[in-house]
Amino acid sequence: MSDARALRPPLWLNLAVAGFLAIWVTAALFPLLWTAVMSFRLPIDALSSDPLTVLLGPATAAAGKGLTRADLGLATGLIAGLLLLPTRLGRTGAAVAALLGLGSWLACGLLDIGTAPALGLTLQHYRAVWIDHAFYRNFENSLIITAGVVTVSLTVGTLAGYGLARTAGRLGFAILTLALVFRALPHSVLVTGYLPVFLGSRDLLAPLWQAPGLGPFLHLFSAAPPTLYGQPLAIIIVLVSINQPFTIWMMRSFFDNIPTELDEAARVDGCSHFEAFWRVIMPVMWPGVVTTGLFSFLLAYNDYLVTSLLLDAQSQTMVPAITQFLNRDTSSTDQIEAIAAAVSITAPLFLLVMVFQRQIVSGLTAGAVKG
Amino acid sequence: MKTRTFLGFVAPSLVLMTVFIALPLLLVAVGSLYSTNPVYETIEEQSCTPGFTGQTCTTEQRSRAKLDAAGQPIVETRYVGAAAYTGLLQPAEVARAFSDAGRGISDLLSLDFYAALRFTLTFALITLPLVIGLGLAVALAVNTVLKSIRGPLIFATLLPFIITPVIGALSIRWLFIGDGILTAALRALFHTRIAMFAQGWTIELLMLSYRVWHTTPFAFVVFYAGLQTLDRDTIESAIVDGASRLERLRAVIIPHLMPLIVFVALIHLMDSYRVFEEVIGFSSQAYRISLQFLTFNFLTPDQTGNRAITRASASAMLTLAGIVVLLVPLILRTWRSQRRRA
Repeated sequence: MSDARALRPPLWLNLAVAGFLAIWVTAALFPLLWTAVMSFRLPIDALSSDPLTVLLGPATAAAGKGLTRADLGLATGLIAGLLLLPTRLGRTGAAVAALLGLGSWLACGLLDIGTAPALGLTLQHYRAVWIDHAFYRNFENSLIITAGVVTVSLTVGTLAGYGLARTAGRLGFAILTLALVFRALPHSVLVTGYLPVFLGSRDLLAPLWQAPGLGPFLHLFSAAPPTLYGQPLAIIIVLVSINQPFTIWMMRSFFDNIPTELDEAARVDGCSHFEAFWRVIMPVMWPGVVTTGLFSFLLAYNDYLVTSLLLDAQSQTMVPAITQFLNRDTSSTDQIEAIAAAVSITAPLFLLVMVFQRQIVSGLTAGAVKG
Repeated sequence: MKTRTFLGFVAPSLVLMTVFIALPLLLVAVGSLYSTNPVYETIEEQSCTPGFTGQTCTTEQRSRAKLDAAGQPIVETRYVGAAAYTGLLQPAEVARAFSDAGRGISDLLSLDFYAALRFTLTFALITLPLVIGLGLAVALAVNTVLKSIRGPLIFATLLPFIITPVIGALSIRWLFIGDGILTAALRALFHTRIAMFAQGWTIELLMLSYRVWHTTPFAFVVFYAGLQTLDRDTIESAIVDGASRLERLRAVIIPHLMPLIVFVALIHLMDSYRVFEEVIGFSSQAYRISLQFLTFNFLTPDQTGNRAITRASASAMLTLAGIVVLLVPLILRTWRSQRRRA
């Protein structure tokens, strides 16, 4: 017991820890939350130097855009209900809170009290970004690129990771060391290598299309050699390759945790190495695959350098496309539109952390704790 | 596993890495020695304008791009040797800066390459201790609070790390730009107007803080996981021996986390040497550029639509040289410790 008391921190330390954590959490969340709030306000509110104006948006509300007191009552009821759901009051409490909110909303509506906007809120910047400036096209491109990168990266990386985890040979070790060196390469160095080839690929590949035998076969796919610049497929392969060193290290460390006895048993039962991998290892490797997939997703989704240099305006993904709003940053409306675009890009990541928090943590530590 | 089967498993990955990592490196190395330019020819053009007494004719020489039969400009590729490197490193200017007439370091840093090198190195080295220190502090703090609030704390902490780097930098920039909320707060605090984007050092300060904000979660998660494996008995025996909290931290916890600190340092150096997104997010190119941005800028088409591929290749090779100097000792160290374990 005395040990436990000795381990317990004194009061001043507890207070210091609480204060420090409060500051850190504020610093971590504030920029993100604040930009999110700004994106829902008219420029005159959003760019105000008074924090309360930004938070409440009086000019936005005065323009007739926002939530009324009745709406706020309803929202409070629903949120309280959601918060009550996991507690002891459970469903009954949640239902009561939600009904109270709904009741007050209906009553306000019927009696015509509190129907003027009280909290400014406008979606006009989101509408401008997504519909007028066709941001959905960039969203589609991002979707194609990230889906492609995650799929190909995992397929190739899982095989290699398994192979590397089940060999202790010199060759495997050399590959891993080389991968570590490749991991350190700045992406701009690689893109410098790709760019001239991608721009001139039509001329460079022409001999292949005229070659006897191979030529007619390639003609089946396209009449002329493709220009790789601006091709989402080419970018997918590029991002997969850049990501490979990281992927194989990570998958290897996950496979290291799956006991070798499992595939040995399958081998004794007469499976080939590949069958053992397919039938026995595949079903148990999903946690590793999900985690590695998450990090491949982040790499592809967050990339700016590679996509901005190798894709053209039509095939551009969301992150580089945001600079079009920045460069037009002349009026204050443009600036809030840029903010709305930024929040649109962040929202999926926010959800991702909510759903996959555990996997992200385990992925970050996978390489580290085992070295 | 037989070598054959092993090769079967790793082949796709190896092919990708060879074609898209090793081969481009080779292309860049060769490309930095050659320059491809349109061929120009000088033509004499006579233009005449009718005047009062007769025609007034002027002859002028003009150079224009030579066109081939199909009307495309003819390009030629020439071996230029180390010209692109000389263009970047500017040895003559460097010599002048350090001669009697020059102003030494400040002249040196007005040259693009040296400015980028200076920024990249100080950026990596200044953020390193801050990230490790802050990450360790957050990990120790989270480790002492109640288990039930650790989940939300970790969630909040992860966000700066997960967010798209360019967007994260932008979101901090928007807090300061113009009459932004934090600019107003700073003014209230110091009673002077500080324009964060009007001079280099304030922008650099923002870039450094952004990187610390962005990377601390990574250090935190790694250290936090390390703290979970801390042997309770060792701590207890340290208490029995009368070690204070600070002594326990110094003599038990830090040595336990040492391999992880080295790991985080290695990854952080790799990543911060590649600093790039901050330059885009804070639009700092007029004041501060990084090595990656230098290459990026050469690769971006200028007003006439040309990309300076040769200069980009040369700057890419120099960036690579920096990696070799900075990181190879660290990678070799990891390699040796892995081999010892294997």
